[in-house]
Amino acid sequence: MAGLSGRFSTVVKAKISKLLDRAEDPSETLEYSYQKQMELLQNVKKGLADVVTAKKRLQLQSQKLEQQVVKLDTQARQALAGGNEALARTALERKAAIQAELQGLDGQISELESQQQSMTENQAKLQSKIESFRSKKEVIKAQYSAAEAQVRISEAATGVGEEMADVGLAMQRALDKTENMRARAQAVDELEKAGAFEDLTQLGAGEDDIDRQLKELSGGTQVDGELEKMKAELAAGGGSAGELGSGDAPAGGEPA
Amino acid sequence: MIVRIATEGQYRLDGDVVERVNALDNDAVAAVEAGDEARFTELFRQIIALIRAEGEPLAEDELHGSDVIVPPPDTSFEEARHEFSGDGLIPD
Repeated sequence: MAGLSGRFSTVVKAKISKLLDRAEDPSETLEYSYQKQMELLQNVKKGLADVVTAKKRLQLQSQKLEQQVVKLDTQARQALAGGNEALARTALERKAAIQAELQGLDGQISELESQQQSMTENQAKLQSKIESFRSKKEVIKAQYSAAEAQVRISEAATGVGEEMADVGLAMQRALDKTENMRARAQAVDELEKAGAFEDLTQLGAGEDDIDRQLKELSGGTQVDGELEKMKAELAAGGGSAGELGSGDAPAGGEPA
Repeated sequence: MIVRIATEGQYRLDGDVVERVNALDNDAVAAVEAGDEARFTELFRQIIALIRAEGEPLAEDELHGSDVIVPPPDTSFEEARHEFSGDGLIPD
């Protein structure tokens, strides 16, 4: 077979024969290899646990943002009911910015979630593969000490050598993937921390730089729409804190 | 013929199945050389599926070297392009 698999076979077999040539005592080599695979499996497990921790932190962050969205919405309503449209607008603009952040964050979380799931399945397969390697190595160790026909041993040795290389390859790939995932989870986590939303719900102070930038960022269309909707709701008498402006609140008008 | 799907396990395949795998395998190489990632991904998926469906898994206590080793199922196009040389896919 000359294709992809043929080339791959050649590389694998070259590595296996190198491995077997180095081994003076096959049983020792097999034992060492088994111990090493067990250690590596622990690393895979630990990496996965780290990812789960990072994901939980992100979920917590997401919940906090969701609470802020609700809070800002309420405050916008209160500001509007109190006749302070500018304040209501600022609150809605902040809400829009947080919602955008929230969307990105939730996307990251669900991606981590699905990766984590496939890694967990992978880990279970790895575990059973190591188990099977363990029993195979016992078979060959028994044969070796019984000093059976050299030919048979060497055929079996190749088989076990191949199994050993294959467990090693599976382990290496699992480790690489876990490491990638951990790095990504940490990157998102750090980004979240760096851009830490100090309490954006603190309204009342005058507009500052950030307020103006936020306003430009959100383009105003979503905010305008929401503002209109809130006004309509208030006008219909559904407002929670509204005693003012229940008649015809003029757009952009003076606070009463 | 004994075929191993790397990182997965060994299968015993009949001659006609081996031929089908071989044909797909050669097409996969052609796709890699043409830089056609989508085609490579599809062909490689077919190779793995064919072996899993038609092959008979080797028993736990059967110790044999494989005649052919197929790259791991999650092999990427990038890795295939490396032709599995050097440290591409296999650690020392």
